Amino acid sequence: MSSNDVNRIWIKGGHLIDPATKTDGPRDLLIENGRIAAVDTKLNANPGDVQVIDATGLVVTPGLVDIHVHLREPGQSYKETIASGTAAAAAGGFTSVAAMPNTIPVNDSAEITRWMQAPERDARARVYPIGAATVGSMGATLTNYEALRDSGAVAVSDDGKPILGDETMRAVLSAAAAAGLPVIQHAEDTRLTGGCSMNAGPLAFRLGLRGMPVEAEAGIVARDIALLRELDDDRAHLHVAHLSTKKALDHVRAARHSGLHVTCEVTPHHFVLTEEAVDEYDAHAKMNPPLRTVEDRDAMIEGLLDGTIDCIATDHAPHAAHEKEQEFERAPNGITGLETSLGLSLAVLHRRHGMSLLQILALLSARPAALLGLAAGTLAVGATADVVLLAPETEWAFRASESRSRSRNTPFDGWSLPGKVRLTMREARIVHREDPSIRQP
Amino acid sequence: MQAASFLEKEDPLQRAHRLAKRRVALLFYESSTRTRTSFELAAKGLGADTTLVSALSSSIEKGESLKDTGLTLRALGAECIILRHPNSGAPYLLDRVTHLPVLNAGDGMHAHPSQALLDLRTILHRLRPEHTNAEIDESTLAGVTVLITGDILHSRVARSNAELLPRLGARVILCGPKALLPECASEIGPGIAIERNFAHAMRGAQVVMMLRIQKERLAGLELNLNDYIAHYQLNAERLAENAPRALVMHPGPMIRGMEITSEVADGPQSVIEEQVRHGVAVRTALIARALDAMPELVSA
Ligand SMILES: [Zn+2]
Repeated sequence: MSSNDVNRIWIKGGHLIDPATKTDGPRDLLIENGRIAAVDTKLNANPGDVQVIDATGLVVTPGLVDIHVHLREPGQSYKETIASGTAAAAAGGFTSVAAMPNTIPVNDSAEITRWMQAPERDARARVYPIGAATVGSMGATLTNYEALRDSGAVAVSDDGKPILGDETMRAVLSAAAAAGLPVIQHAEDTRLTGGCSMNAGPLAFRLGLRGMPVEAEAGIVARDIALLRELDDDRAHLHVAHLSTKKALDHVRAARHSGLHVTCEVTPHHFVLTEEAVDEYDAHAKMNPPLRTVEDRDAMIEGLLDGTIDCIATDHAPHAAHEKEQEFERAPNGITGLETSLGLSLAVLHRRHGMSLLQILALLSARPAALLGLAAGTLAVGATADVVLLAPETEWAFRASESRSRSRNTPFDGWSLPGKVRLTMREARIVHREDPSIRQP
Repeated sequence: MQAASFLEKEDPLQRAHRLAKRRVALLFYESSTRTRTSFELAAKGLGADTTLVSALSSSIEKGESLKDTGLTLRALGAECIILRHPNSGAPYLLDRVTHLPVLNAGDGMHAHPSQALLDLRTILHRLRPEHTNAEIDESTLAGVTVLITGDILHSRVARSNAELLPRLGARVILCGPKALLPECASEIGPGIAIERNFAHAMRGAQVVMMLRIQKERLAGLELNLNDYIAHYQLNAERLAENAPRALVMHPGPMIRGMEITSEVADGPQSVIEEQVRHGVAVRTALIARALDAMPELVSA
C-alpha cells in the first residue's frame, strides 16, 4: 500500500499480448486501484510508491475468459463448489467464467443468479451466471429474461439439454433478443441419441455402444439457424455451445456468410482428442457431445484457424470418482477442463498448427468476452486489472491429483503441456501464484 | 486350442490338481444357462472352488456398484472373476478396479470371446481336423467362408466371431436386414462383408451361423417378424438348395420356428450340440491360462 492510499502495481519487463488492442510486444503495465492505469514501453514510477512484479521473460496477457463451465453449486458441492471451481479457473489463467444453469435447483431465477455471485461464494474468478432458458430447463415455459439479466445473467441456456421444441426455441430466441441476451444452445436432437454414449460409427459398433449420429447435432444447429432467419430480428444472437461436428460447423459458417448473428465455441477436447480415446471404455473419454472422428476433429482446428469458431470454452464438468468409475454406459458425461485448456490450446494450435499466441489468447479472452458482452478480456487503459503472467514455452506435467477442482475426471492426467501460468490476478488481487515470493500487493 | 485339447484329454484327477482349492468367482448380471454352467464345470474340472454371484440374489440388487462387488469378491479370496454383464465394456472396468484376471463371459452388445473360441474349435474340428491339436495361424482358415445371419446389431457373438475368424484367414459374411445390420458393421475389421440376400450369402459358405431373434429387441425397429422369417429363417429347403454341405451353428439359446426350424437344428448338418461340448474345453483352457496353470505344451 502506498503512502497516499493508492494501490499501485508495476508489472515490469514483460511481453504484453493483448488481443483486444492488438498489442504484441514489450510493455510495462501500471495498475492503480484495480484498473489498468498505463501501458507503455517505458514506465516511470517511483519504486517506493509501487509494488513491482518482475515479468522478465514472461508473457503478460489479460485474464482468460471461459464462457462454458459447470460449477455445480447450488446442489452438488460434492462435485465442485463455486470456490473450488474458480480456484481451478485461476490456476488455469481464467479470471472470468460463465456458469451454466444446470445446478440443483436449476438456475432459472434472479434469486439463484444473485446467490451465485454473492461474496460468500468465495470465488477466485468472476462468475457470470447463465440463466435457464426455460423454467427448470424443462423446455416448456420461458423464464423471466429481464429479471435474470438485471440480476447479472449474461445469456440464457438449458445446457445439458437442448431447447428442442420448434415453438419453444422460436419463443426463446425472440424473448432473448428483446432482453438483449444471447441464446446458448446445447445442440443435440435427443430423439436420435437415446441410450447413446459415444459417437456413432464403426468404432461404436465394434465396441457395442449405441452411437450419437452427427445429424443429432447438425440437425438442431440447422433448425436453430432457420428459426433465427425467420425471426428476422437484428438483436437476436444464437450461440452454439461445444460444437463438435464438421457438418454443424458448415451450417454455422454458411449462416455467418449470410449475415446472421450466429457464434460458436469448441472445447479443447474436441480439437485434441478423437473417439479412439473410448477404445478401452475409459469413462474419462465420455462426454456430450461425444468425441468424434479425426475428420471432425480436424474440422474444429480448421474452424479455429479460419475464424469461424469464435472461442475456446472448456465445458468444465466435474464429477465425483464414484460416478465416473461405473460401467461406461452408466457413467455421467463430461470432464474437467479449466487447468488444461490453455496448455492444450498452445500444444495443438500453436506448436502443431502454427497459430500465433495473439490469436490463441484472443480465442481465450477477447473474443469470448466480446461474445457475451463481458467487461473483461483486455488490458487497455481503464480496463479491470485481470492479468495473467505466462511462461509460454515452459513444459509442465498436469497431474489430476494436484488439481484445484474438487473432481479429478480428466483424460489429460499426466500429459505434458506447454505454457505455465505463473500468476493470475483478478481485479489487481493475486488469485493464483506459482512463486510464493510474489506477495499480495 | 492346443491347451484345450490337452486339458480335455487329461486324466480328470490330474486336471483337478491344477487349481485345487483356488477360488474362482462367477459374477453374473444376466441369466445364462450354457455359458455359466460351462464355465462352472470348467473351473470345477480344474479343481477350483467356485462361487456364483448373480444379480438377483445379492447386494447388486441393493444397488452395490460393480467396483464394490468386485472388491468384495477379491477380499473374499477370489483370484479370478468370470463376468457376464449387460453393459459393453464392463470387464475393462472390473479389471481396472480389482487388478484380478477377468474373463469376459459376455458384455452387453460388445463381446463374447469364449463363445467365439468354442465356435472356432467347432469349425476346426469339422473343417480342419489336422489343426485341432496343432498350432494355428493367420492362414489356418484360408478359403473358409463363415456366414453369420440375424440380429447382428445386438449380438456380442457376431462381433467376437467377426473379430476372431478373419485373423485366421476366414472370410466373414454378415447377413440381415438393415434394421439389424447397419452398413458400418463391415468396417469393424478386415475380412468382413455384408450380403443382404440370405440365399446368395449361403452359396459358397462352409459355415452358416444363425443368431437368435429377440422379439423384445425388435420393438421400435422397422421390422416385421413375418417378413423376417420369410427372408432370413434357416429352413430345410433353403439349406438344401443353397448350402447342402455347410455346417449349421447357433450359439443358443435358439428360438425354434423363428430364426431356425427344428428340422435344421436337429438335422445332419447341425453341430449345435457339439458347440456346447467344445465350450467346456475352451473355457477350461481360459481359466487355466488366467490363473497361470497352463500345461506345458510340446510345440509342434
Ligand atoms: Zn452442453
